[in-house]
Amino acid sequence: MMYTTRTSPLTRGVVHLVLVAYTLLCIGPVLLVAINSFKSRAAIFRSPLSLPDATTFDLIGYRTVLGQGVFARYFLNSMIVTLGSLGCVLLFGAMAAFALSEYRFKGNKLLGLYLSLGIMVPIRLGTVAILNMMVASRLVDTHLALILIYTAQGLPVAVFILSEFMQGISKDLKDAGRIDGLSEYTIFFRLVLPLMRPAVATVAVFTMIPIWNDLWFPLIVAPGEATKTVTLGAQVFIGQFVTNWNAVLAALTLAIVPVLVLYLLFSRQLIRGITAGAVK
Amino acid sequence: MDSLQLQNIRKSFGSMDVLKGVELDVTRGEFVVFVGPSGCGKSTLLRIIAGLDDQTSGDVRIDGKLMNGVPPAKRGIAMVFQSYALYPHLTVAKNMALALTQEGVAKAEIDTRVATAAAMLRLEALLDRRPSELSGGQRQRVAIGRAIVRQPSLFLFDEPLSNLDAALRGGTRVEIAKLHRQLGATMVYVTHDQIEAMTLADKIVVMNGGVVEQVGRPLELYNRPATKFVAGFIGSPAMNFIDGATAARVNAAAVGVRPEHLVVGRDGSWSGTISHAEHLGADTMLYVEVPEIGLFTARIPGDVAHDVGDIVGLTPQEGRLYRFDREGRTMTG
Ligand SMILES: Nc1ncnc2c1ncn2[C@@H]1O[C@H](COP(=O)(O)OP(=O)(O)OP(=O)(O)O)[C@@H](O)[C@H]1O
Ligand SMILES: [Mg+2]
Repeated sequence: MMYTTRTSPLTRGVVHLVLVAYTLLCIGPVLLVAINSFKSRAAIFRSPLSLPDATTFDLIGYRTVLGQGVFARYFLNSMIVTLGSLGCVLLFGAMAAFALSEYRFKGNKLLGLYLSLGIMVPIRLGTVAILNMMVASRLVDTHLALILIYTAQGLPVAVFILSEFMQGISKDLKDAGRIDGLSEYTIFFRLVLPLMRPAVATVAVFTMIPIWNDLWFPLIVAPGEATKTVTLGAQVFIGQFVTNWNAVLAALTLAIVPVLVLYLLFSRQLIRGITAGAVK
Repeated sequence: MDSLQLQNIRKSFGSMDVLKGVELDVTRGEFVVFVGPSGCGKSTLLRIIAGLDDQTSGDVRIDGKLMNGVPPAKRGIAMVFQSYALYPHLTVAKNMALALTQEGVAKAEIDTRVATAAAMLRLEALLDRRPSELSGGQRQRVAIGRAIVRQPSLFLFDEPLSNLDAALRGGTRVEIAKLHRQLGATMVYVTHDQIEAMTLADKIVVMNGGVVEQVGRPLELYNRPATKFVAGFIGSPAMNFIDGATAARVNAAAVGVRPEHLVVGRDGSWSGTISHAEHLGADTMLYVEVPEIGLFTARIPGDVAHDVGDIVGLTPQEGRLYRFDREGRTMTG
């Protein structure tokens, strides 16, 4: 990327200082978790900020976590739920955004507003009602329960952001497709969606992380052994009186890996998404 | 038989009336050009003909068949957009073939049609490229090729050349004219460009504020504009208009004379100071400030010695003064 900035070195220095500080603030805790997961229990408490060395290096945490065969299952559960919800959010979010920006009908604006309203109302306010619904429909302790909830949770932002991007897609292109006899579905999947890749990747990352990290809904609607997610699974090491910090930190560190992989998959597209229009 | 027939087409977006009853008949093989100021509804009308928008009321007939509510792909039309609108993920050949594949045309037939169109537009070498690997002019030729392979009875063009630079525009204009002769198909073409309108059209439709002001052959509009609007719109540079006492002397609300119909001399009907001169070689444009009347543009063949600051007289050529009444209609006799 080649572009020249006209800002003074001082301004740029300050901007970079702020950015570096913010980066440290974000990465710090994660790094701390990762570092300490490789240390013995005593070393964690004695000097939590130091790196593991020959005397303090200990894989006891990982041994505990991986020794428990169920953890693989927890990872699988987290994956199923996250990818399932992500798929639904992206598919339905993009389709709704397409309909809202492409078709003019009465109440179009109002419907868009209504769909975005969820951004302002936290879904957890409805926990009791959701639990009642899940019980009534016998979905408690199923992956589907979590997928449905997270789809509902992710859709408002997805619809909102994707609608904005959808506006920017050439109207002529879609019209050319119509004249060539493509169905609305073909236009959506073959013409529009490929052009929306950066936006979809952006939404994917923003949607995926809270779902993967969530503790609340797994605890409430799917606490069973068969559907436990990693975040919930890691809680077994946190007791009321004693906490197995080695295991907790190791479990959390392991839990970062899959999201990191997914993030890297999306990130190439993501960067393009964020800077699209800004650098052109 | 009429290739395209529009009857009392109206279109409103909410409370805004964009088209206010458009009537038009286009005979088979005709090249019709829509011109008019920005926002007068040219694109809207074209989209209604294509079936991309529905008219609020009125009838569209293509080849005599009523087309109201018929989807675009079933109207026997093809459209070329200003922005080319090529499918970015398909090669040139596939871009052109897509509509035929959708219609279920046989593979061999598709290949021949694509090859013929490619030969016509000199695209053979580019068939395997993607749109992003083409220049603007090549992209527009592919867009035209995509229209040709469908063998439509009606071609629709919405400002197809306005994204091209001047030289390329000239070349492609000639190509479109040639294409029209070769295919003999009916074409409806929207443009802002005077030269495109005058050179391509069998028939120009001048639109203004959602209504058709006048329909006619290019020179007919030039020589016998029905209204002051048409007189001012057709011809470049635009006609000079004079109102007030000068017009009242000939019983008109306004009179007009084209820049190329002014004779410049030592004295004339009006005299003023040259405020600016453009020497184009073949022509000279003189901008003459006439006191109490305003700025006149005069176009004189060849290069003339007059320069800024000179005082000159302007006289309209015999029979080249147009008179307009209060409603803007041209007065005859
Ligand atoms: N989808 C729409 N919703 C609301 N108003 C519209 C819509 N499409 C067009 N208009 C309005 O209709 C009028 C005519 O638009 P149109 O695009 O047909 O103009 P045009 O003659 O093609 O102009 P140009 O020469 O600039 O392309 C404009 O005032 C425009 O704002
Ligand atoms: Mg237009």
